Amino acid sequence: MSSSAPYVPLPRWVDVGVLPAINLCMALIASGLIVLLVGENPLEAVRWLLIGAFGYEEALGYTLYYTTNFIFTGLAVAVAFHAGLFNIGGEGQAYIGGLGVGLAFLAFDSILPGWLLVPIGIVAAGLFGAGWAFIPAWLQAYRGSHIVITTIMFNFIASALMVYLLVNVLIMPGQMSPETRPFAEAALLPQMHEVLGWFGIETARSPLNLSLVLALLASVGVWAFLWRTPWGYELRAAGQNPRAAVYAGIRTRRLIVTTMCISGMLAGLVAVNEIMGVQHRLILNFTAGTGFAGIAVALMGRNHPVGIILASFLFGVLYQGGAELAFELPRISREMTTAIQGLIILFSGALAYMMRGTLERAWRWLALRFGGVAVPAEGEDHG
Amino acid sequence: MGDAFLAVLQVGDATLRVATPLIFCAMAGLLSERSGVIDISLEGKLLASAFAAGCIAAITGSAWLALMAGIAVSVSLAAIHAFACVTHRGNQVVSAVAINFMVSGLTVVLGNAWFRQGGQTPSLDATARFMPITLPLADTIRPVPVLGPIYAELISGHNLLVYVALAAVPLTWWVVNRTRFGLRLRAVGENPHAVDTAGISVTLLRYRAILIGGALVGIGGTYLAIAQNAAFGREMSAGQGYIALAAMIFGKWRPWQAMGACLMFGFLDAVTIRLQGYDIPGIGEIPVQFIQALPYVLTVVLLAGFIGTAMAPKAIGVPYVKER
Amino acid sequence: MTEGETVTGGGVAGAAPSPPPAIEFRDISKAFGQVQANRAVSLGVPKGEIHGIVGENGAGKSTLMSILYGVYEADSGEVLVNGKPVRIRSSRDAIDCGIGMVHQHFMLVDNFTVLENVVLGAEEGALIESSIEKARAELARLEEEYDLRVDQDAVAGDLPVGQQQRVEILKALFRGAEVLVLDEPTGVLTPQEAKQLFRILDALKEHGTTIILITHKLREIMAVTNSVSVMRGGEIVAVRRTQDTSEEELAELMVGRKVRTGERGEAREAGDVALKVGGLTVRDAQDVARVDNVSFEVKAGEIVCIAGVSGNGQSELLQALAGIMPLNNGEFEAMGRSFSPDHPANPKLMRELGIAHVPEDRIRMGLITDFVASESAILGYQRDPSFLNHMLYRMDYLFGHCRKLMENFDVRPRDPSLRSANFSGGNQQKLILARELERRPDILLVGQPTRGVDIGAIEFIHRQLREYRDAGCAILLVSVELDEVMSLADRILVMFEGRIVGEVDGRTADERTLGLMMANAHEGATDRVTEEARL
Repeated sequence: MSSSAPYVPLPRWVDVGVLPAINLCMALIASGLIVLLVGENPLEAVRWLLIGAFGYEEALGYTLYYTTNFIFTGLAVAVAFHAGLFNIGGEGQAYIGGLGVGLAFLAFDSILPGWLLVPIGIVAAGLFGAGWAFIPAWLQAYRGSHIVITTIMFNFIASALMVYLLVNVLIMPGQMSPETRPFAEAALLPQMHEVLGWFGIETARSPLNLSLVLALLASVGVWAFLWRTPWGYELRAAGQNPRAAVYAGIRTRRLIVTTMCISGMLAGLVAVNEIMGVQHRLILNFTAGTGFAGIAVALMGRNHPVGIILASFLFGVLYQGGAELAFELPRISREMTTAIQGLIILFSGALAYMMRGTLERAWRWLALRFGGVAVPAEGEDHG
Repeated sequence: MGDAFLAVLQVGDATLRVATPLIFCAMAGLLSERSGVIDISLEGKLLASAFAAGCIAAITGSAWLALMAGIAVSVSLAAIHAFACVTHRGNQVVSAVAINFMVSGLTVVLGNAWFRQGGQTPSLDATARFMPITLPLADTIRPVPVLGPIYAELISGHNLLVYVALAAVPLTWWVVNRTRFGLRLRAVGENPHAVDTAGISVTLLRYRAILIGGALVGIGGTYLAIAQNAAFGREMSAGQGYIALAAMIFGKWRPWQAMGACLMFGFLDAVTIRLQGYDIPGIGEIPVQFIQALPYVLTVVLLAGFIGTAMAPKAIGVPYVKER
Repeated sequence: MTEGETVTGGGVAGAAPSPPPAIEFRDISKAFGQVQANRAVSLGVPKGEIHGIVGENGAGKSTLMSILYGVYEADSGEVLVNGKPVRIRSSRDAIDCGIGMVHQHFMLVDNFTVLENVVLGAEEGALIESSIEKARAELARLEEEYDLRVDQDAVAGDLPVGQQQRVEILKALFRGAEVLVLDEPTGVLTPQEAKQLFRILDALKEHGTTIILITHKLREIMAVTNSVSVMRGGEIVAVRRTQDTSEEELAELMVGRKVRTGERGEAREAGDVALKVGGLTVRDAQDVARVDNVSFEVKAGEIVCIAGVSGNGQSELLQALAGIMPLNNGEFEAMGRSFSPDHPANPKLMRELGIAHVPEDRIRMGLITDFVASESAILGYQRDPSFLNHMLYRMDYLFGHCRKLMENFDVRPRDPSLRSANFSGGNQQKLILARELERRPDILLVGQPTRGVDIGAIEFIHRQLREYRDAGCAILLVSVELDEVMSLADRILVMFEGRIVGEVDGRTADERTLGLMMANAHEGATDRVTEEARL
């Protein structure tokens, strides 16, 4: 129609489906090359990975237990991301969330009944996680400090604080290893195999507990919050277009603080799974990199709860299967999963649009070659 | 009295040793950030180059080949970072996080596969390492009061890379403030449009800054594995890349101040060990963790604008898009 | 309509073979998508002259200069420097051809000294010491020669804008520029600074530098140029020797003979005062008064248009009234509420009072391109209880609401789940208008309602605005399109450099008067210089 070359925009399904799939494939191919480099057969590795993740009775339970953690931290990163904030502090927020659970239970588990303790624990985990995110958020909103840097710093500060508290203050008297006393039975979350047992379903023992349900509820909650409430609307508006947000009368500073608190709260809920569900006492380093993994999960899941659940499951498979893999193929260590996370972040995050140009050209070629593709009217806005 | 003086010198000595990798990383971060690219991947590059140096030193027995390997690996990672966030305008933080993850995993995987020592590389002989150098006349001057011990204990007796680190600071200062490259570097981090309209390629300039930074981190990593220690150990960078980042911010993106911050953080680390179990009159025992967290706390306080202002280069974190 | 002039800058025909023009454009065309920014532009600029290029916003002046400086490449045509064809693909090429550019927004590194800024990109050798010293000597010479005085060791960001501009000129001269392009150079200057600039330009001309001056201020053209070309709609419509023309002629050429679209209403009685603005002043981050002591009223049932070349404070005025930009001085009353620096407005409150705002920049402010239409259709009203069922949005209702807006304002395609970015500019604008008008506001603030909108949509939008006016809405409309202003306005206020320089009755307005007012060249125009001299 016009003299300029026809511009064929990519349909949404290519952008949302094909492009991420290509990126994930590139990450997995690169991972395969590493396996080759180590001197193992990638296909063999995949086989053991899958066996480890699904191959025996309690395997799936372990996989889902890891998945639970990743859902929480993935959601945490995603919520912040929608508001244009990069929360690298999930690790510290989860850790401090554990402190919340620990303090609450040390104080109350001997005096309060279980039906009250469990909600208190969950609330404490969320509150403490939110609190740890509040300070960097406030500094970003009102003092202009870079939230990426401050959240990194807060991870280290959290780590030092927890070591200090566990070694000097909260340690169980008369014990060497830095951990608290075990909490009362009543304060713990039921294991999934117990719960299923109530319904007459027999499953193998695994660390999987009711936190998975909480994680799924949180996913629904985050989805509803972001896409069904005015607060989520304002959050996304501010992340997409800060000027339009001001036009719409949104108070962006307050929004930064509340968003980060929600993000920190979600990260803090990792403690529900780990402390209330599995460890049953507060220990050092129970987060074990889960907070950081949330970044990869969110990027891979495109910051959407459904994507995050899928990505979390994939990461659960990687973590659980990775343990089996490391056992069966000693040349591959467990840390392979960390490397794969890195590759996924690289290809799905930093290089997310590397292939877009190629894909656009391919699509245009297909569109012209096979015709029948409606060429939408070109917008007259440019520059 | 003499003992106390010697103890002070020993703390100074330890400070230098701890501060060396921080200085390399801080100078690297400074170059990258002055060009407008956030560099959170210092940690990953440091760990990767330590691993490479540890491997090559173990295999070849040559410290110099190890150094070259350390630099090469770190520069390659820097190139990935530049490719992602300069060429493809990807998110600089995401790209750096990716690098840190990859390295954290890969060093253990490859180390384990190649050496089967749980992620460690084999211990090195003195010949495969950078060993302490006794400066000329150190032993002759030692008896001279005050100056003698300072020279012999504090200044002499470090390995080559410590001196390289100390030299890197004035060199960085000189490059940034006195050379054409430095002038353009400072400009591109503040206003890339001005650089572009002056007929200079923004992309090329940023690539160079990031790659040179990569080389510096590579020396730092090599130092960790084959000078300060006698082998690579898993996660041996232990957050030093982040501390260096904090030091650089604390030094307000200037070489001398950044070195000052590195030395201060190094000093904190050096005294931590000595203060353990020690009661300071009036205060009591200072928890180790408090001192460990101090660099981070100080940096946050600084960033919040409570002690002076830290003005980052204006264009930092923003991929350059030619306007109009 | 194109004047039958030849388009060489005014070389005298028949004389001895005159030297080739310093800069010559031959048949330059450039399109962005479907917008033709330059259409077969041919123009020669004689050596050692000051040549002015005038035209309305979007006439293609900036595009032409960007082609000259290597920011864009032309689709067709060629550029000749001193008679030789050259290929300019980057700023570096332009500099090598001896072309210097003073951009409207200065390209200075704020924390660099003047010397460092001048040397950047023109260093000799790997160390800067010698270049700096050489520059110091060279700048001293230039200072002498052209009276271009600047403190060489001052930090650029601390200098007043007039001085910063001199640094830009020095940058170009230091690089050996023989042709200097200045893009709207006086937009940010005080009258005194502007006078000094013109003295400098004269001195440069005396020394043989060729100068291209892009401006919309006809008075400046008359004061300093030797020749002038007028651009309109991407074409050069006339070239004149300055001494042979007048501001009136240029204004007419610039604006063209515009056909009035739409019917004109008869004189009607306007209602009560709805919006009363008194002594309003808005300063930007650099503390420049973008809106300078502006006072006016808008009554219910009338459309008051603010005309003017863009960048003269209209945007800031609109944003201040919408509660987005804070006031620095003065006040305004709307819907019985009074706002002043001590009682600031905010967008949320203004909406609640029944003041709607259609922003000038729909992509950056009016909607969110990544949101689907039904979401963009509630921007600003996102907390309205009618959209909510307890705490959650009623999605069906939102879709229905959006579909209703789309039907009322003929937005196509009528798909509430389509991403806002996928609508054409005209349909985006109609959606925004629908959103803002649906609530029957008492006061409507509209900026550039038809920018980038196709003809059909323009008429539709104008019709809607008239209807709402007739229904009693007080409308304040900012537009740089004269024909739009003339076809809609009951009253026209002309803004120039932050002030209102004239008021015209909408029914009796003519292009010529308005054009002159927009250039502040009309009879009775108050010149800031003389005004300030009187004080």
